[in-house]
Amino acid sequence: MTATSPNPVNVRRTPQRPDRTFLLVLFFVVTSAILLVSHNAPVRDSLGSLGNLLKNPIVEALTVSLFLANVLFAHLWRAAPWAKLLVGIGSLLFVLPLAGREDTSLLDLSIQIMIFAALALGLNIVVGLAGLLDLGYVAFFAVGAYTWGVFASPRFAEILKYFGEHPGGTNLSTLFLGLLLTAITAGSMVYINRLGQRTAPTALSTWSFRAASLGLIAGLILTVRAIAVLMSGQAGSLANGIDPSFFWLFLALSIFAAAVVGVLIGLPVLRLKGDYLAIITLGLGEVIRVLANNLDLYTAGSQGITPIKSASVPWFNAIAGALGFTEDQHYLLFLYFLVLVVIAGILLVNIRLDQSRIGRAWIAIRDDEVAAQAMGVPLVQTKLIAFATGASFAGVMGMIFAAKQTFISPESFNLFQSIGVLSMVILGGMGSFPGVILGAAVVTLLNLRILPGLGEATSQLGLNQNVNPAQLQRLIFGVILVAMMLLRPEGLLPSRRRTLELHHDEDQDDRLDALPSANASALDKTGGMK
Amino acid sequence: MDFATLLPFLVNVIVGGLVLGLVYAIIALGYTMVYGVLQLINFAHSEVFVTGAVVGFEVFRVLQNVALNGYLKLLIALVAAMIVSGLLNVTIERLAYRPLRNAPRLVPLITAIGVSLILQDVLRVIEGFQGRFDLTYTLPAGFASPLCGPGSSCEGFGRFLQANQSSLQLKDMILLVVALVSLFGLNYLVNRTRLGKAIRAVAQDRVTAGLMGIDSDRMISATFLIGGALGGISGVLFGMKFGTVNAYSGFDPGIIAFTAAVLGGIGSIPGAVLGGLALGVIQNLIGVTNVLGSVVGSANLEAIDASYQRIGAFIVLVLILIFKPTGLLGKSNVEKV
Repeated sequence: MTATSPNPVNVRRTPQRPDRTFLLVLFFVVTSAILLVSHNAPVRDSLGSLGNLLKNPIVEALTVSLFLANVLFAHLWRAAPWAKLLVGIGSLLFVLPLAGREDTSLLDLSIQIMIFAALALGLNIVVGLAGLLDLGYVAFFAVGAYTWGVFASPRFAEILKYFGEHPGGTNLSTLFLGLLLTAITAGSMVYINRLGQRTAPTALSTWSFRAASLGLIAGLILTVRAIAVLMSGQAGSLANGIDPSFFWLFLALSIFAAAVVGVLIGLPVLRLKGDYLAIITLGLGEVIRVLANNLDLYTAGSQGITPIKSASVPWFNAIAGALGFTEDQHYLLFLYFLVLVVIAGILLVNIRLDQSRIGRAWIAIRDDEVAAQAMGVPLVQTKLIAFATGASFAGVMGMIFAAKQTFISPESFNLFQSIGVLSMVILGGMGSFPGVILGAAVVTLLNLRILPGLGEATSQLGLNQNVNPAQLQRLIFGVILVAMMLLRPEGLLPSRRRTLELHHDEDQDDRLDALPSANASALDKTGGMK
Repeated sequence: MDFATLLPFLVNVIVGGLVLGLVYAIIALGYTMVYGVLQLINFAHSEVFVTGAVVGFEVFRVLQNVALNGYLKLLIALVAAMIVSGLLNVTIERLAYRPLRNAPRLVPLITAIGVSLILQDVLRVIEGFQGRFDLTYTLPAGFASPLCGPGSSCEGFGRFLQANQSSLQLKDMILLVVALVSLFGLNYLVNRTRLGKAIRAVAQDRVTAGLMGIDSDRMISATFLIGGALGGISGVLFGMKFGTVNAYSGFDPGIIAFTAAVLGGIGSIPGAVLGGLALGVIQNLIGVTNVLGSVVGSANLEAIDASYQRIGAFIVLVLILIFKPTGLLGKSNVEKV
């Protein structure tokens, strides 16, 4: 950012945009009607050839994206607040579930879009805000998925059975030893850390901290092992995994587990420069996948884990049943609302973080690491927070993904998924929250509806499987990445900061005016920061 | 297997690793040269290399029933692969990287990943239209026969190899010769010619080189041409060595070769060769760890199979970057290309 004029925004206010309340409501009504009609089999069939057209997956992708555009327009357009609220709440809380009641695949699709939107929001923190290119992001998704998958499936009983047959000298005293070791080492780590805040760290304190962390790991392993052995007697009663009421506890656990893995992966590699970091994270992502593939006892290897339980929520099922949802739709509908709540939470955290001290520190690091360090931003710590935050979003979504699919295998978490999420972030605009959600919706629709639709459409041509459009996801991702980087590196819905950064040599004032002033207040802050 | 047969077994594994390592070394040169001039990890290099392998496959397939000397066919395949891969690499640079010369560093890197993905599917579609996915090389007669077989001039050496369970074939020797010739050729080009001097100048300091009258854009194109041509050669050699390639098979050798480049010190030609050889041996050793495990009697080692080869490269990469980020031969006064 070149600081030519002190604050361009205050000099020239963006002109007032026309009020579009009426248009917004009209658009909402029309697209909702189309969505409801096209997903209601009896009504659709009564429409004859038009109904057949609506059944086509490409047309379906179109109707869904038109419908989702509602939410986008409610965000972008200037309209009365009641209309914005009506459109936002109406479309996500009422119309979409209502259409999903007639067509379960729509519910599935919306959950999928929102899971990827959450992943994209998480990666956006790492790539878009902190400027760390993470190509192994899906590893954290896997951690979350396996955290729930291992415990809420028959796998858990198998693991307990194995430890029951191979106790290896573990007994009750091991448990006490493990707990004691954990407590002592954790306590001493906290103590050393406290000391370090008052005085400069010495060689002794550094090494004792390292020794204590090793002791902590050993203590935890001993404890977990002892618990597994002691619990092995219950393998029979846990044949289908733990009780679904643990779902909520594990929701918190998966966040924690993914964040811890994020810190563990981040610690050694975050000192590296951008491009080395990219290739290392790519590698560590693959390492986690290969481990999942090879640790047969815990992950069942390439066979995958199934069936994975979902939460049991009788009160929710009762409401859903009263609203006319069939039995097998209950868990999807529940997950739909859960994802909606979680993504709202993630969005809130994102927005608050972006405007906080830590968010500004991330952006400072992204723009110039050396300058940021000189200004007193602790590099490794700030990067670690970015890594852990992004990872925790992926972790919670991984768990929901496992519950939705009821089946996970290492193949769900390959490098290709990471690149897919990256292309969502790039398409929407690095650092822009509405942008990455848009990117997630577009890419997911492309992947799940348009490409298979094209494949179906061309299947009559007798094309070879290798040239089937449904198989050309790499090409699509590649074209998105290259085209966006060459033509519009700030993304479809750019964040203001990013635009300024990428076009700093062009005429700034024109750029500013051309932008939709989605959050003019944030811009004032940017101006004030200089 | 007992300890008596273990020694020749290990020697064979290491020799095989060195031969494989030469291929990695040539791929690594493509990464290291481009990194030298642009400080960009050219993710698309693995696809440039696979393109070479595909061209080699096509040449051998077309010439399958033509009565030509096998070595002549190989020469045609190598030259064709060099031309196609070299031009492809130059085109990629011209279209995708040059417009981003002054962009933030993440931007060309992401572009490179995208180009790599695009090329994977383009190659797949090109071969897919002819109903192929896995491309199996049809090598000229005799290439796959054991080295120094009965009736050849070095029969005695052949018997010695056989007695020690060596699986070296004629194509391994060809690979060795081609690889060494290209390495020495590159060394001459970079260190003894005006072009090489200009490339080194651009790698050292693009702006200053420009002030001395060197057209840095042309030199960067030349670097991509040379790197791509090396990628083409290594593609043909890789195809010959493993027999089968497909559009997606560039990823693993690409990562290993990049690791080799970093291990040797990125930007350094001898470093890339050293790193390639080391990685080749490491890869082969990981591949037989389960055999070693069964000899030593360690169940943990036995569980390590070839699927860990990929991890091996990454772990080496992490360790180097943490403990010696400049690589083995990368010093501050290192000769950069």
